[in-house]
Amino acid sequence: MNKIKILVNGIVKENPTFVLLLGMCPTLGTTTSAINGMGMGLATLFVLICSNVVISALKKLIPDMVRIPSFIVIIATFVTVLQMIMQAYVPSLYASLGLFIPLIVVNCIVLGRAEAFATKNTPADSFFDGLGIGLGFTLALTLLGAVRELLGSGMIFGCRIWSETYGALAFVLAPGAFIVLGYLIAIMNKIIKKA
Amino acid sequence: MEYILIVISAIFVNNVVLSQFLGICPFLGVSKKVSTAVGMGAAVTFVLTLATIVTYLVQQYILNPFNLQYLQTIAFILIIAALVQMVEIILKKVSPSLYQALGVFLPLITTNCCILGVAITVGNGTYNAQGLADPGLLAGVVYAIATAIGFALALVLFAGVREHLELMDVPKAMKGTPIAIIVAGIMAMAFIGFSGMV
Amino acid sequence: MKKLESTLPNMVIVLSVVCLVSASLLGFMYGVTAEPIARIEKQTLENGIKKVILDEANQDAQINVEVREDGAFTFYEVTDAQGQKLGTAVKTAVQGFSPDLTVLVGFNTEGDIKGYEVLKHSETPGLGANCVSWFQKGGKGDIIGKNPGKNNLTVSKDGGEVDAITASTITSRAFLGAVNAEYQQLFGSKGTNATTGATQRHAECSGEKHCEKAEGCNHSCEAKADGEKCQRQCCKEKAQNDSIKTE
Repeated sequence: MNKIKILVNGIVKENPTFVLLLGMCPTLGTTTSAINGMGMGLATLFVLICSNVVISALKKLIPDMVRIPSFIVIIATFVTVLQMIMQAYVPSLYASLGLFIPLIVVNCIVLGRAEAFATKNTPADSFFDGLGIGLGFTLALTLLGAVRELLGSGMIFGCRIWSETYGALAFVLAPGAFIVLGYLIAIMNKIIKKA
Repeated sequence: MEYILIVISAIFVNNVVLSQFLGICPFLGVSKKVSTAVGMGAAVTFVLTLATIVTYLVQQYILNPFNLQYLQTIAFILIIAALVQMVEIILKKVSPSLYQALGVFLPLITTNCCILGVAITVGNGTYNAQGLADPGLLAGVVYAIATAIGFALALVLFAGVREHLELMDVPKAMKGTPIAIIVAGIMAMAFIGFSGMV
Repeated sequence: MKKLESTLPNMVIVLSVVCLVSASLLGFMYGVTAEPIARIEKQTLENGIKKVILDEANQDAQINVEVREDGAFTFYEVTDAQGQKLGTAVKTAVQGFSPDLTVLVGFNTEGDIKGYEVLKHSETPGLGANCVSWFQKGGKGDIIGKNPGKNNLTVSKDGGEVDAITASTITSRAFLGAVNAEYQQLFGSKGTNATTGATQRHAECSGEKHCEKAEGCNHSCEAKADGEKCQRQCCKEKAQNDSIKTE
């Protein structure tokens, strides 16, 4: 398969958030601001690429029966590595993403791609699949974070767009996460499926 | 008294689904019918309590003494995966009727992030336990059970709404998941009302 | 190459190897990152102490810091290069809207708030997260220069004199609660309740090492490190307590 096609496929056609509806917990939990959403997306991207490549390279060596536990160990390893790196070099982002960093382990996207793509394709293809899906996830989270930040506090990436007085606080809080995501998915449905 | 506070806080104020965003996948996935929602809620309560006890002990007596806190994530997820597998095998042998009721939900639970999330929160002692100087195992278990009840409560309520939603006339692009998520948002708004309680 | 069969030895070997490799990789990464993590934490703390104790104009002044821990509180006694006492920074973590709201507050010797710094928080951006700047000088809930012993530092909703962060009363309460608790731990509740004050001050010098009875001081106390200093401190406190009682 064409590498570009795999990449675009992950971003648009199989966008994990808007189309596959996977990995909803970090999607809702970390998108209180655009920068947090982007940080979470990039963190997941890193784990996706690493685990996809490694699992794809090892696919012949892992017997079928112990496939899932092995995958989980590999994914958890990369998540922990990421945890340490973030704690060392971006401590403030690490603090604001909090619990959701270790929870990448149970993000269905990562295990799902390992199972559905990496076990059947070459490491190079798996790399691009991880990159595509990861980018799709990052874009979706950044978009969601930006909309919530804008509606909630009148800022995007910390830059003021309009006065704070017009901010509806509910959008930064839990309900806003659900409502904005619901509308974004509906809009994507309209665009992609021409519904 | 402290325990009552923990319970109220975990069920209503910091509801695991509607305010902490843990366990959204099963929340959206198995909430089409009230009966399945009840089954899932029961299964989560069961596994969550067990997993919290085991991971807490591992944290206290293995990870902390040997300074291996950085292995927390990997150790906990393996424990949870093994535990779920074991519960499935044991239930099948010991109580086939219970297995019938909960069985289908068990494999889904490993990747339910509310289990790992609660295990980590209790392991690190970072949950709302004001007034308790040293939140020990008992407080952790109380918190885990209350969280699971909060999960079940949100799930069952949500399933109830969704059953009615099926019959409603919704714009085509909003049908299915989008409208369900927005409903969850409105529920979350209702739950914000509890936030002054504790 | 053919895929490995799912036989018992194969499965055991593969799983063990995967776990072994993962564990060694993690151990290695832990070694690599442990140093920068510790360095950054130390750096933030040092800058924080300077920021909350020193005046804005001479942030580069040389200071000496003495650390003392007591339960959930950490005290950093700051003296300048000449050994003159500048004040004490107190660190504690409380439950805000989310757990682990870590606040460092600098008090001068009279107990006035010199400055504060939120070292770590995971409050909601746009809401509770405003606590980083809200209570600073010139902010809407300015607490700088106030003294928790004289001023009622609670939110106005609770009858206090501080404006809470818009729509974040929980964070504001937690933050001010931390500030007040730190003041209490540091100074006791002087003037209001002599007995609790005395016990609190006595509790300050409890630790691991037992130190001897001081001359003219008829109670012993325990200290973590410096036995002699603690002895003097305890004696002084004893004398103070006695005088409070006789008053």
